[in-house]
Amino acid sequence: MAPRLPDPGPPGISARLIELGEALRSEGVAVGTSELLDAFAALEEVPWTKPDVVREALAATLAKSPEDRRVFELVFERFFFRAAEAAAVRAGIKEGAVGTEAGGSGEGEPAPGDRDIDLDALRRQIAEALREGDESAMRDLARLAIAAFGRQGTGSGVVGVDVQRIRRQLGLRSEPQPDLPPEDPRRDGLPRDALRRFEQILRRELERGQIERTEQLPASRPLNELDRALPTGPLQDLAAVHRVVAQLRRRLATQGMEARGRRRHAHVDVRRTMRASLQTGGVPVDLRFRPRRPRRPELFVLCDVSTSVTSASVFFLSVLHALHDTFRKMRSFVFIERISEVTDVFERERDFEAVSQAISRDAGVADISGYTDYGRVWSEFRDAVADELHPRATVIVLGDARTNGRDPRADVFGEIASLAGRTFWLNPEPRLYWNYGDSVIAVYEQHCEAFECWTTTQLEDFVKALTKPMTV
Amino acid sequence: MAATPTSVDQVREGLQSVGYLPGESTALVAYLATRLGKPVLVEGPAGVGKTELAKALARYLDRRLVRLQCYEGLDEAKALYEWNYRKQLLRIQAEAADTGWDRVQDDIFGEEFLLERPLMTAIASPEPVVLLIDEIDKTDQEFEAMLLEVLSDFQISIPELGPVAAKTTPVVLLTSNNSRELTEALKRRCLYLWLDYPSVEQELEIVRLHTPDLSEQVARKLVEVVHMVRELDLKKPPSIAESIDWARALLLLGADDIDERLFRETMSVIVKHRTDLDIVAERVGVRLGPGPASGVGTQAA
Repeated sequence: MAPRLPDPGPPGISARLIELGEALRSEGVAVGTSELLDAFAALEEVPWTKPDVVREALAATLAKSPEDRRVFELVFERFFFRAAEAAAVRAGIKEGAVGTEAGGSGEGEPAPGDRDIDLDALRRQIAEALREGDESAMRDLARLAIAAFGRQGTGSGVVGVDVQRIRRQLGLRSEPQPDLPPEDPRRDGLPRDALRRFEQILRRELERGQIERTEQLPASRPLNELDRALPTGPLQDLAAVHRVVAQLRRRLATQGMEARGRRRHAHVDVRRTMRASLQTGGVPVDLRFRPRRPRRPELFVLCDVSTSVTSASVFFLSVLHALHDTFRKMRSFVFIERISEVTDVFERERDFEAVSQAISRDAGVADISGYTDYGRVWSEFRDAVADELHPRATVIVLGDARTNGRDPRADVFGEIASLAGRTFWLNPEPRLYWNYGDSVIAVYEQHCEAFECWTTTQLEDFVKALTKPMTV
Repeated sequence: MAATPTSVDQVREGLQSVGYLPGESTALVAYLATRLGKPVLVEGPAGVGKTELAKALARYLDRRLVRLQCYEGLDEAKALYEWNYRKQLLRIQAEAADTGWDRVQDDIFGEEFLLERPLMTAIASPEPVVLLIDEIDKTDQEFEAMLLEVLSDFQISIPELGPVAAKTTPVVLLTSNNSRELTEALKRRCLYLWLDYPSVEQELEIVRLHTPDLSEQVARKLVEVVHMVRELDLKKPPSIAESIDWARALLLLGADDIDERLFRETMSVIVKHRTDLDIVAERVGVRLGPGPASGVGTQAA
């Protein structure tokens, strides 16, 4: 690390705002120019002196979903903290020189007041501030605490370790501590949010001290997954799957339009015919027809959830989840030995985690041996949906085609495939392993198009392949 | 009442004066909406007062509320405008032969023959209005695309008349229950407001505002119980409106404390699913204790 400061860039808040936009973009928040313009417009309307108001105004214009909002909070904190620190380092400002009140000595030589800090009183004050949720008191006390505890020994130099050590020494816990005297505010436990906030402030102050000592900013790093704390934890990025599936919908909606007969099912649009008839004095000479809207594709998805595909099942479920988000008319099934319809689970729940829990809990997959029985699955599936299959329906199977030595019943599968317009198989195994062991994908491949698919990139390839004209 | 508010605090007080207690960001975004003339996309779980916010804004700004309730299959003719062709036909037949075609044509495509639907009403209104587009997530993406012209330029193009531009800028609120992801294009045109369930203190204030006669103690306990219920994994968590309903019910019953028996008898006000009822009775009812409860003391439950 060269002791070189980052380029300050053009001065002024406009430049900072644009940099903030850049920082947000690098974290995957879609910030367009129009959003930035809105942010500027919004800032003209609010008082500059209130940080909360400014942050809310920026959030309302820049972050357009709960996830974005969470990322925004993190980036905002970090960005302006770094910007302020960078400016301070450039200008050579030290906290000690300003000479704040007791405990303001943050770093360097201990101020004369330091030794007089009454530790128990400090503990109590901090606990009180946490209970009240008093932000500015927390900030002041955090500095005091660092002065009192952090420098007793030597700081470990690792911010996270120091934060935890100070917290432990202060005896701050969210659980009730019944052995403390009744008047101690820590007795009933402290609010978790305030505790987290306090830790954050401690961390900030420690980092600030570090920056002051070394006179340079630590390298900025992108937020990691833990920072973002996305509520859903599939291996693949859920949002990416959703994006790909949205494309899939468009592809499927337009498929096979040219194959349909002209004006086969044209309905006369009375309203428009009457309107057109005005030109001929009310005599309906020119018949108008209802425009033929592309019909929504109907989708049937079968998803293997047996043990042999465990590693891929999270991905499969997120694909299913995304499909349900995009398609209104679809039915989905999960299977191991038998099939079980889970359409209503997805319709009821939007949250991915809730869905996967619901499926593992009460999807009611008849799971006697835990081994997939494709033959049985096909015949049950045929019985369940044969009446609804038609040439515009699409069947997608997510599975590894490992039959565990049972009869693959490719004839039944062929029957299903012939009833449906298109049939696809997404196999989570690398193509190299296909047809080895008990994998029988080859017999199914005669009736459908099979794709290797266990990442979002491959899912994208699959969607691209859909644009190929139908061969039926 | 104020024509356009000049500060965030003014909006907050104004909304409070008409019976809506806004959170910090709600007041701010509402203020920005009136100042910038941008539509606001309000998202959040059902029953946190998204629709109510629009109504309160209309009351506070003293504007008419124009509401477009969205549903699957909603189309232009129901949302924008439609020609009243029956009336047009009658017009033609009444005039019969002696009128020139040009004159008739000019006549029958006048505003007189236009059936205004909510969006058109909001745009064409001489007085500024508050336009509420409710549950936008229920419509198709195609409808969203159609909204773009209305939301960014506040104008509607009618082929026979040309574009109709707004005479005044309406305050537009779109609400969504987040049942589907809205398109980027729509989001880009809006300010974003995420409404969540309020904190205990906030909700207590709301309940007290609507049922001032209920004792403070009962109201606090009620709100704490509602929060406990929301923590559970329910099909439909109780909304703010339901807490108010419950408070009113308790007031009618003259309750001075909430114990297990009373809770079981009245919980159907806040819990509306059979399976939910079982869960709630089991998990919350027991905690309240049979007698005059000593203390609920669980905020972090």
